[in-house]
Amino acid sequence: MTTIKEIKDQLSNKKISVQELYDEYYNKAKKSELNSFNQLLEPEYNKQNIINSQSRYNEKKDLPLDGIPLGIKDLFCTKGIPTTASSKILEKFIPQYESRVTQNLLNDGSIFLGKNNCDEFAMGSSNETSFYGPVINPWKNKNQINDHLVPGGSSGGSASAVAEKICVASIGTDTGGSIRQPASLCGVVGLKPTFGSCSRWGVVAFASSLDQAGPITNTVEDAAYLLNSVSSYDSNDSTSSNHKRDNFLGGIGRSFDRPITIGIPSDYLKDVSSEIIEQIENTKKHLTNLNINFVDVEFTTTDFALSTYYIIAPAEASSNLARYDGIRYGYRGKGDSLEEIYVNSRSEGFGEEVIRRILIGTYVLSAGYYDAYYRKAQRVRRLIKDDFQRVLKDVDFILTPTTPNEAFKIGEKLDPIAMYMNDIFTVPTSLAGLPAISLPSGLSKNNLPLGIQLIGNYFQEKNLLQIASLLEKEFVFNG
Amino acid sequence: MDNNWELVMGLEVHAQLKTESKLFSSSPNQFGSDPNSNVNFIDAGMPGMLPVMNFGCIEKAIKTGFALNFQINPYSVFERKNYFYADLPQGYQISQFEFPILSEGHIEIENDNVLKKIRIERAHLEQDAGKSIHDIDPKYSFIDLNRVGTPLLEIVSYPDFNSADEVINYISSLRQILMYIDVCDGNMQEGSLRVDVNLSVKKPNEELGTRCEIKNMNSFKFIRQAIDYESKRQIEVLESGGKIEQNTLLFDTSTGETRPMRSKEFAHDYRYFPDPDLLPVHLTEEQIEKVRPTIGELPQQKLNKYINDFKLEKDVAKIIISEKSYAYFFENLISSKSIKPKLAASWLVGDIFSFIKEKNLQIKDIDNSSNKIIQLLEMIESGTISSKVAKDILVEVLQNNKEPSQLVKELGLEQVSDNDELEKIVDDALKDEEDNIMKFQSGSDRVLGYFVGKCLKATKGKGNPKVINELLLKKLNK
Repeated sequence: MTTIKEIKDQLSNKKISVQELYDEYYNKAKKSELNSFNQLLEPEYNKQNIINSQSRYNEKKDLPLDGIPLGIKDLFCTKGIPTTASSKILEKFIPQYESRVTQNLLNDGSIFLGKNNCDEFAMGSSNETSFYGPVINPWKNKNQINDHLVPGGSSGGSASAVAEKICVASIGTDTGGSIRQPASLCGVVGLKPTFGSCSRWGVVAFASSLDQAGPITNTVEDAAYLLNSVSSYDSNDSTSSNHKRDNFLGGIGRSFDRPITIGIPSDYLKDVSSEIIEQIENTKKHLTNLNINFVDVEFTTTDFALSTYYIIAPAEASSNLARYDGIRYGYRGKGDSLEEIYVNSRSEGFGEEVIRRILIGTYVLSAGYYDAYYRKAQRVRRLIKDDFQRVLKDVDFILTPTTPNEAFKIGEKLDPIAMYMNDIFTVPTSLAGLPAISLPSGLSKNNLPLGIQLIGNYFQEKNLLQIASLLEKEFVFNG
Repeated sequence: MDNNWELVMGLEVHAQLKTESKLFSSSPNQFGSDPNSNVNFIDAGMPGMLPVMNFGCIEKAIKTGFALNFQINPYSVFERKNYFYADLPQGYQISQFEFPILSEGHIEIENDNVLKKIRIERAHLEQDAGKSIHDIDPKYSFIDLNRVGTPLLEIVSYPDFNSADEVINYISSLRQILMYIDVCDGNMQEGSLRVDVNLSVKKPNEELGTRCEIKNMNSFKFIRQAIDYESKRQIEVLESGGKIEQNTLLFDTSTGETRPMRSKEFAHDYRYFPDPDLLPVHLTEEQIEKVRPTIGELPQQKLNKYINDFKLEKDVAKIIISEKSYAYFFENLISSKSIKPKLAASWLVGDIFSFIKEKNLQIKDIDNSSNKIIQLLEMIESGTISSKVAKDILVEVLQNNKEPSQLVKELGLEQVSDNDELEKIVDDALKDEEDNIMKFQSGSDRVLGYFVGKCLKATKGKGNPKVINELLLKKLNK
């Protein structure tokens, strides 16, 4: 019993009760040693939710996610439950409001197991910047079996917990790859929806023009279940899109009734290892089996994406994180003057990577540098969007590797630039605001999961999930 | 100016918009509530909270655009102005920078009967910050976030002012217009209109001098004092061979001097960038034009109408339009077709204003008596009562809210216009007055006044002077 659909069937058929299901996951999560939860909610907290859920099953009025135990990235504000963004500066912060995304999940009957560990303020690609310590990937390198590997980041706790199966699914956020990259490194499915699909209201902001919530799940179908719940218009978020949402389950497992073409960008494969290229070659084979065409495509802007991202995201972050000043909530440093309180609260409350990005962001927005950095980056961002639109005119989807490498050892990548390189394949889609899904495509020589990324056009999540579900079957069948 | 110095000033006026709720949150936009009571999660800068634009503020800006002859921009952008302060929970103020909603406006001000055009560079929407209170406790500062996020329209003029009088005239015209179009309540004491003055001095035909900015003043008196002090200071510095340092100043109302702000009170680099939480504002022609009819008549239009159509004296007309409430009160009085505008105007600026002034009231306090005042003025126009009687009744009406017709009846004050009745009185008055009748017939007009007075006295002031006059003339000329 693994998928949401299977679990729901068993709950409906009384093979298991909501309480038993919850206990099973709760106990596994409690025993886990991978540090994927910052906080597991006490069973007492969920008592009433479980009773309500069970009675809905009894009355055959179950909701789409009724009774499903979920992990929630600790970036979503949850009413009455500490929300830390894995930062010391929010260590004791308890929101008095529920984020729109988690409210949707509650409205659909799901049960929150707890808050998943993540990189501090979602800044990181290995979950090592968390104030609550690194998360461990459940996968081991078969040649170095004693090494703890990173789960990727920033939604590392979510990906690790889903891979370890201590929660059925988790909701993460993706700014430059924070859902797709850890999903790839942990061998699970991760979907970043189109910017504007899921409300950002109540999500601790990192980079507002890029942040987007999305599911991390064991199967593509589960991702569709979660997306049905979390994707909705919200008038409280000015960047929320007011379009009619598809039923994302509608295309799962069904073949397309029209010819489909997938573009494979050669420029993404220039400097990657043969192992990664193999994933793409292998996928091509499966596509042929599915009667799907593929063509080579080429982007002209890929080389500029990472530097553009590392100007825009820190710029927005430097401003978004200004509110954590120790005055109204969160950690407060000692000081005799307002300035001392600011300096001490922020120096002691933020970790190294967050401080680095605030400094970068402050710098690129400063008088005299704005035109050279921020304004130019915005222009390049426009070109990247145009580049994608040009390519997507001729193909339905774009296929790339999700990451340039498999999971690496905790503590291995100390150079921030080397760490930023992890997001090289995920960042361009984030800048363009396009939807993209990562799904496990095979194993490396070290027996570690590798993933491929499929990119669709704006609000084409239904089609994206459909093609991913077809490939998923192929990979399982052949793998 | 002393020794040929010229004064050059430009103004930034921050007008607080009269709206139900704040610029980006649904908290009430209200003055005078308990500290920190008009604050929601957005205002308090809580994690994950997002601004949502209040379109009512955009409409107020468009109105201002029409009234101040601005170009109303179909595209404007909210940006973040980043700085740290304890009364700024987000750590940035949302404002417009590169793309303001209004550009290139102007108004005319009148100075010693000469009109001068003041050019306005731009006006943009922004959030206000909260209030820091430093003088309650020696050790702690107190923060009131009620004002956080209240909508401001910052109106930035060109450096077109050369005297304090011009500045004052401009601010009062601006205030008057904003109040007329219902954009701002104009309450300067409550900070609804705050003014920054950029001031420099120069010799004629020289380039502009280095300027200083005097920030955040909210009274005409202090603005004038600050300009006088600062211009003298700059001239003294320059005449003694010094240089003006560009600076941001505060006007200390207790000493009457300007002093530099502490560096912490302002930041140097605000790192403006477009707010990624908000979309650019796109306005269609239709959205803009929809607002035009809501402006109503502007003070200048009313002034012209009062002088040209209602034939009011210019000074009287100016007094009436000086406050929107006066003008609307006046227009309400003359909504009765039988009341002549001149009569209503002279009663308004005369007896009604004296009553209000004496009782320390505002015009809105007597609003509910306006129908009774109309009744009273109608009785004057129809000759039912005399002006003299009306004066006494007015006080009763305003003070005790009594019906004028009732009062007139109760006190038996109805004017006597009945010919037969008055004829008897006139006859009585002319009895035993042969000398005076002779005087009149030999050309002394003053005698007529004496007879009228005598008749009025006999009627206890109730006799209609016009009828008495006519009867007297008829009889005397026999």
